[in-house]
Amino acid sequence: MKASLSWILDYVDVPEGTTTEHLTDRLTLTGLKLEAIESPGREITGPLVIGRVLTMEPEPQKNGKTINWCTVDVGDANGTGEPQGIVCGAHNFEPGDLVVTVLPGGVLPGGFEIGARKTYGHMSAGMICSARELGLGDDHDGIIVLPADAGEPGQDARAVLGLDEETIEFEINPDRAYALSLRGIAREVLVSVDGASNLRDPAVRDTPAANADGHPVVVEDAEGCPVFVARKVTGFDPTASTPDFMVRRITAAGMRPISLAVDVTNYVMLETGRPIHGYDADNLEGAIVVRRARDGETLTTLDGAKRALDPADLVVTDDSGIIGLGGVMGGETTEISGSTTSILVEAAHWDAVSMFRTGRRHKITSEAGKRNERGVDPTICEAAADRVVELLVEHGGAQADPGVTVVGTPPQMPVVEVPGDLAERVSGMPISEERSIECLRAIGCEVSGSGTLSVTPPPWRPDLTDAQDFSEEVVRLVGYDRIPSVLPTPPSGRGLTRAQQLRRRIGRTLAGEGFVEVVTFPFVGTTDLDDLGVPADDPRRDLLQLSNPLSAEAAYLTTTLLPGVLRAAGKNVGHGNADVAIFETGTVTLPRHAGPAAILPVDRRPTEEEFAALDAALPAQPFHLAVVAAGDAVAGGWWGEARPVEWADAVEAVRAVAAALGLDVSASAVELAPWHPGRCAELSVEGQVIGHAGEVHPSVCQSFGLPKRTVAAEVDLDVLIERSVHLRRAPAFSSYPVAKEDVALVVDSSVAAADVEAALREGAGELLESVRLFDVFTGEQVGEGRKSLAYALRFRAADRTLKEGEAATARDAAIALAAERTGAVQRA
Amino acid sequence: MSGPNTDYDPVEVTPLKAEQVEAMREAALAAIADARDLDALKQVRLDHNGDRSPLALANREIGALPPQARKDAGQRVGQARGAINQALAARQAVLEAEHEERMLVEETVDVSLPTTRRRRGSRHPLTLQSELIADLFVAMGYEVAEGPVVEAEWLNFDALNLGPDHPARTMQDTFWTEPAEDHLVLRTQTSPVQARTMLTRTPPIYVVCPGRVFRTDEYDATHSPMFHQVEGLVVDEGITMAHLKGTLDHFASQLFGDGITTRFRPSYFPFTEPSAEVDVLCFVCLGVDAAACRTCRGEGWIEWGGCGVVNPRVLVACGVDPEVYSGFAFGMGIDRSFMFRHDLGDLRPLFEGDVRFSSAFGTEI
Ligand SMILES: [Zn+2]
Repeated sequence: MKASLSWILDYVDVPEGTTTEHLTDRLTLTGLKLEAIESPGREITGPLVIGRVLTMEPEPQKNGKTINWCTVDVGDANGTGEPQGIVCGAHNFEPGDLVVTVLPGGVLPGGFEIGARKTYGHMSAGMICSARELGLGDDHDGIIVLPADAGEPGQDARAVLGLDEETIEFEINPDRAYALSLRGIAREVLVSVDGASNLRDPAVRDTPAANADGHPVVVEDAEGCPVFVARKVTGFDPTASTPDFMVRRITAAGMRPISLAVDVTNYVMLETGRPIHGYDADNLEGAIVVRRARDGETLTTLDGAKRALDPADLVVTDDSGIIGLGGVMGGETTEISGSTTSILVEAAHWDAVSMFRTGRRHKITSEAGKRNERGVDPTICEAAADRVVELLVEHGGAQADPGVTVVGTPPQMPVVEVPGDLAERVSGMPISEERSIECLRAIGCEVSGSGTLSVTPPPWRPDLTDAQDFSEEVVRLVGYDRIPSVLPTPPSGRGLTRAQQLRRRIGRTLAGEGFVEVVTFPFVGTTDLDDLGVPADDPRRDLLQLSNPLSAEAAYLTTTLLPGVLRAAGKNVGHGNADVAIFETGTVTLPRHAGPAAILPVDRRPTEEEFAALDAALPAQPFHLAVVAAGDAVAGGWWGEARPVEWADAVEAVRAVAAALGLDVSASAVELAPWHPGRCAELSVEGQVIGHAGEVHPSVCQSFGLPKRTVAAEVDLDVLIERSVHLRRAPAFSSYPVAKEDVALVVDSSVAAADVEAALREGAGELLESVRLFDVFTGEQVGEGRKSLAYALRFRAADRTLKEGEAATARDAAIALAAERTGAVQRA
Repeated sequence: MSGPNTDYDPVEVTPLKAEQVEAMREAALAAIADARDLDALKQVRLDHNGDRSPLALANREIGALPPQARKDAGQRVGQARGAINQALAARQAVLEAEHEERMLVEETVDVSLPTTRRRRGSRHPLTLQSELIADLFVAMGYEVAEGPVVEAEWLNFDALNLGPDHPARTMQDTFWTEPAEDHLVLRTQTSPVQARTMLTRTPPIYVVCPGRVFRTDEYDATHSPMFHQVEGLVVDEGITMAHLKGTLDHFASQLFGDGITTRFRPSYFPFTEPSAEVDVLCFVCLGVDAAACRTCRGEGWIEWGGCGVVNPRVLVACGVDPEVYSGFAFGMGIDRSFMFRHDLGDLRPLFEGDVRFSSAFGTEI
């Protein structure tokens, strides 16, 4: 809400010397936050004075234009008292007119510096200004001609033009709809600024009583439209222009001046907060009827849109049909036009919820709608309509029709019981009951009783419904800045949960492994899954769709973190960081298709069953980890060759995380997008699959702008965290000597090393301390389709030195089981 | 040169004469002293103390002497060899020390060489900021509560006193999911976690909830469809706005520095009543000569978040008796706090995944 300061002060007095800053500081602290103070003249510097045109000589030019060579009396403002010679291209003035003159040295909006310059064969020393040149509007038809009594030549023109006027922009919270009016702002000034007094409520005025001579109005839906006031003027001069003060105030409020009739309704809306609608009375046919729309009805609104109406929409009709969407927007057929001479003024109170729904349904946002849907004082319809009539009469030469139609009565405000000490209990600062009552009365409440107060809010405060709402009013007037600062004393907390600790540990582990954490958006499109090469029947294609995505290409919530991290990695490579290792942790969304999440009542706690059902209706949202690495794992340098990343780096990253949680990961071959079909590991912990890792498929690398051999992993961290080992047992070491045995086994290439190792371990028995695969070898010596695996076995007993041959026996048992399980043959 | 001789029984053997032994000893000691390095000393050892050395050969002759001469000769040779061994050992130690010293000199490297062989990882600054904030509150005795990102409409709105026609619902530009009748949203705030907390715990409740939230804001320098919030909730007997103020003052001083306080301005949130906007004193200019301050844009204060006394309607919907308990709640943008705490003017680097950004913050902030 924007309003010029002088307009605000039309309705309330502040002590002499109150600065704009003080006023806005106070309003900010009581709830009307200052957004900005604007002044149209702030960009104008230097001499801007009233001038009187003494002579003007039209001089046709070769380019077809005619310029006027003028002499202008600017008093002593030019330092000489001599007339100022100025070339002017406009023609809407004549000698004797008072005009606005900027003299050399002045600067106009946009940094436009004025000097004396030679033009059209004259030395033009200054400029006669149009409204647009001064930043006062779009009117460029001619220069500003001031009223004859505007002032004397040489006098500063700023005050005359309202250039000094300050406009204050406030941020209005949704519960303070009353402050969307000068009336409301003035009241806030009264209660906020020390010494403010003498509120002159523009909505308090004597209005003519209702009579039977007004335009007939029938309200069929009194709940939707509790009050409907209609007044009429005739003989309106459609050519009458809007007075300057009104244009300035409407413009300052951020609205566009349109025509006197429309401007007056907007002016009164800004003044009182009550939206007004004007109809061309000559185009009305018969009685006005207010009702809900019927199925299939349509209306072409003022904005030219033809709208299909909903049975919940409130409409205004006459014999011709629907003529307006009540409280939201008028229809085309009765729109006030450039030839309207009779105007029916509607000031009606509409049900706020209906206004909100209709506005949303038809996607109409308007100044009227904004006020109607937040709640307007229902008691001021007659006053607002009367004020409109007054202004149309005063400025449009109209006659007020004696007919006054008033249908309905304003709804009663509720009486709310408010504990007298509530403000004190809520705020934690001493506020007596007397002080509370004083504050409540200051904002317009009626208060009676003591101990428990019976409070009736003023009609412009429909937001005040609960006892606690009144406590806010009291506390804000006492002053939020006076609330003391006291630390509460919580009971002993239990610290972070284990899962929270482990998530941090996982992040630190990956950072220690050289991965950089990134955060990406969880929105994906089906093309992202195409880029991953995910087949049509893959469960990762079961995506939760957004109804209102920001872009059609990312209309779903992702089921995998891979698109985000692969894109991010690709971007890094694109930026020239060829060696990149990143990770992301976050939830993914796996739809459960479990049906709707109920909208439960709010006047009680949901039952356990209801609450459980809500959770069950949500998609599963497991916490995932994804890692991507590309380029070199170890850079080349003086220490030696670079080592490019390889599939094992992805597996190793997951193993590092698992190890940090006390878990071992086993890997087995699997084919899964987006990985290389021969280089993808399915990772498991204690037999439960946790995810996958390996080299990314070359075509996927290409899709994401990544080099070949990029590696990636994605795992479900919830599973890892759930299985993490909490209390690790202290190890017992044997201090007896170790016996080492090396074994080289030849197996088919297709045999998994993990299987051979498992067989060795099992076969070796309990004397085996460790197995380490130290070499993998293929070549002629081992034969086509075969590989040699060389293992170092270490044996040790916990309680004795091994006897001669014991380790060899265990080794042979290990080899025997490996042979049986995997067809391994000991290499000669 | 004489070899071992067992065929006769001489009284005297030339190599075992005192002057001969002395000469061998002198020769050996001279050679030892002359040995310039360990290799040379090794050769000296072989030549003068080895199996084929003159003394060793002389020693073999001892057996041929009569007992008294044998004893004398044995003593002489033994003493000579002892002296030589000692000299060898001493020289060995000296040469080894010299050798080691030389080796160490030779092994000198350029320690200014880069050592960046391994990649250095880092965590995302928003993660770090979330953890830092969580820790501040955990230190006060709070616990960290969590909830889902795709949330039931009822928990995101209705339970928080935002009914279906509440104007605030349009303020929040919510992402809805399909089908609409499933009533699911991407949470627009972390407040549903507060509702969940009240529904699953009994007071006293002291929790903070950091997390990701979503609004349908176009992505630009100051808006993101996804951002991070931290909310706090306290429900206990006798909780007031003064407790809220005290808590946020403490929070501000912990996050932005000693002496940084907060300012409350009346505001409106459906889930709190009274409600307040929280400004934090500019930690750069401390509100003094703010005009030129970039951080607070000349205001002296920085808009930080919202807060208020939990609306009794919310307590009722979440099963807390408003006659017994009262509470406060607050919410701040983690991203926003990060931006002004670390002088970041454009939020997009937070979500672009450029490793140069996260790397700048390491693993703690
Ligand atoms: Zn500052």
